[in-house]
Amino acid sequence: MGLLQQIAFVLMSGIFIGCFAWSMKSIRRNILLGRAEDLTDRKPERLRNLLLQAFGQRKMFRNLWVAILHLVIYVGFFIINLEVLEIVLDGVLGTHRLFMPLLGPAYPWLIQAFEWLAAGVIVACLFFLARRNLWPVKRLQSAELDGWPRKDAHWILIVEILLMGLFLTMNASDTLLQSRGYGDYAQHTTGSFWVSSWLHPLLEGLSSTTLAGLERSAWWLHIAGIFAFLNYLPRSKHLHILLAFPNAWYVRLSPAGAMSNMSDVQQEVQYALNPTLAAEAAAAPAVAQRFGAKDVTDLSWKNLMDAYSCTECGRCTAACPASQTGKQLSPRRIMMATRDRLEEVGAGISRQVSPQEDGKSLLRDYISEEALRACTTCNACVTECPVGISPLDIILQMRRYLVMEEGSAPSEWTMMFGNVESSFAPWKIGSEERETWANA
Amino acid sequence: MGIPIMSEWKARGEMPDVLFWVGCAGSFDPRARRVTKALAGILEHAGVSYAILGREEMCTGDPVRRAGNEFLFQMMAHQNIQTLDSYGVKRIVTACPHCFNTLRNEYPELGGHYEVLHHAEFLQQLLDEGRILLREGGPFQGRKVTYHDSCYLGRANAIYEAPRKVLEALDSSLAEMGRCRSRGLCCGAGGAQMFKEEEKGERRINQERTDEALATGAAVVAAACPFCNTMLTDGVKAAGRAEVAPPVEVLDIAEMIAASLA
Repeated sequence: MGLLQQIAFVLMSGIFIGCFAWSMKSIRRNILLGRAEDLTDRKPERLRNLLLQAFGQRKMFRNLWVAILHLVIYVGFFIINLEVLEIVLDGVLGTHRLFMPLLGPAYPWLIQAFEWLAAGVIVACLFFLARRNLWPVKRLQSAELDGWPRKDAHWILIVEILLMGLFLTMNASDTLLQSRGYGDYAQHTTGSFWVSSWLHPLLEGLSSTTLAGLERSAWWLHIAGIFAFLNYLPRSKHLHILLAFPNAWYVRLSPAGAMSNMSDVQQEVQYALNPTLAAEAAAAPAVAQRFGAKDVTDLSWKNLMDAYSCTECGRCTAACPASQTGKQLSPRRIMMATRDRLEEVGAGISRQVSPQEDGKSLLRDYISEEALRACTTCNACVTECPVGISPLDIILQMRRYLVMEEGSAPSEWTMMFGNVESSFAPWKIGSEERETWANA
Repeated sequence: MGIPIMSEWKARGEMPDVLFWVGCAGSFDPRARRVTKALAGILEHAGVSYAILGREEMCTGDPVRRAGNEFLFQMMAHQNIQTLDSYGVKRIVTACPHCFNTLRNEYPELGGHYEVLHHAEFLQQLLDEGRILLREGGPFQGRKVTYHDSCYLGRANAIYEAPRKVLEALDSSLAEMGRCRSRGLCCGAGGAQMFKEEEKGERRINQERTDEALATGAAVVAAACPFCNTMLTDGVKAAGRAEVAPPVEVLDIAEMIAASLA
């Protein structure tokens, strides 16, 4: 490779990596717009979640066939990254197959393995494309994916197929040129590889110069494609391939059935019922904060990272009793809406507009009261999510805002609140009746 | 049946082994009261020393908290914890998964620390210890039963096996629904839905769930939650399967044990 190509490569890598870092920085800034929440306790359990849920993809295995195909793509991308490392170093140093002398006889076997994985990724992606379009999988055909989300899903699969195709084309041309003893390729004889040699019949008719051009083009497009794809991630649901890991680590470890405690309300109630405590604490200044969540900035940073980690698979919505019976609620919609609103707020901040100034909020502009009211808090969405997202937590925080800030509740709930306040039960029945069931 | 009340035990200077947390549904709802009576009968049968709080018990705050009213929840929780602590309560049994979840998972953070058992677990323990004697050829022997997982017992607290072990002890044959255990479909009552009209949709959640239960061909739909019980009973009635012969019954696992005692 000539010096000019080396310079071009370094420039290209620098621009792509710089752009990616810049995008991730703004995503980090957006996530940190959320309220603080300490999720750094119980590290051994967090490590376990990271290994089992993220690395081990345990929840994916609730559906075995899909899990296996997904695993092929995941392992493929993980391991093929080793090959990408070689490609990047070759690009920077102007070498060809840099690792070959270092690894000796192991090298061809390694490439063989990469090729099998690449073939596996292509098969799995083709299967997923077919499944999205030909199988009656309701969660993948749902109208809430219309427009960009559905295009996004297709682009990801198509680009992955193309990248793997380029990798195989590159190897097929290379090994064919080796067999012809052509130029620099003859100096790095790896022998043919099983998978890419299937392409040889297609390429045999080409002249060696054309073939060398094809090899170079495939090499460049493959690596440029990977860099471009990296820059696509921050705009796509595919960001889950990165955020699934921190998201699994930071999962809330409190029992699934426990709602997060509002310690400020707890304190206020304690003071109200226990005036002596209040007198002692009077010195401490109260922090004025909105009760519950009206907008994304009222949510915890973990809720916001959840939104960026969501890959819109819809397992949550498929399991949700409200969604299954045609209610307005869809847990996946909750996550997509949260990300959309957060991106909007983030873009506003970049233009010096504060989230309060744009006159919009997550509530009503993105998520309706009716949807929030349809939740039965059954935890099915949380249980199903393979990457540790809790749509339920967002729903409950928004319900808190509705009731505590706006006093907005269905009339039956308002009545129930009154009963609990006056009769200490959701029904208007006196406490003395609590001792009469035996005689009823 | 005379109900043992905590304040009376205290007046005698005694302390029962367990506090039976009856809950609002168990105290007031006519259908759930039958479950309360059944469980009390089993406790008597097994010789468990127990008492209830009676008029001192208040709503745990589960429905108001899930509806969004944290203030009211904190008020209920604070008062209940004071009452429980004033008696030095250590062990609580309840037949309501919602009370169970709140007492077990939400009160500790507010200072209320107790060993809390749902009756499914407690019944399984009593059966394992041989303290519940069931008669030969009980009413559920050989009958097809399907069990509906309560969300607050199942997904929220990972209690899937205890209620099934209890049903096993009755020699009934368990026919599982497709959506069971961690995939179980909600009855539609959780998250304070019990206390309001369902939102607009294509169909009711309890109907969706009841249809699934009926499709198993079970003669009994077993539940372990007063709200699930209400929703499924309504569902069976709406499906017209409550009156026709043979009728499909919705029963709490405690009622099934109580009806099978030796």
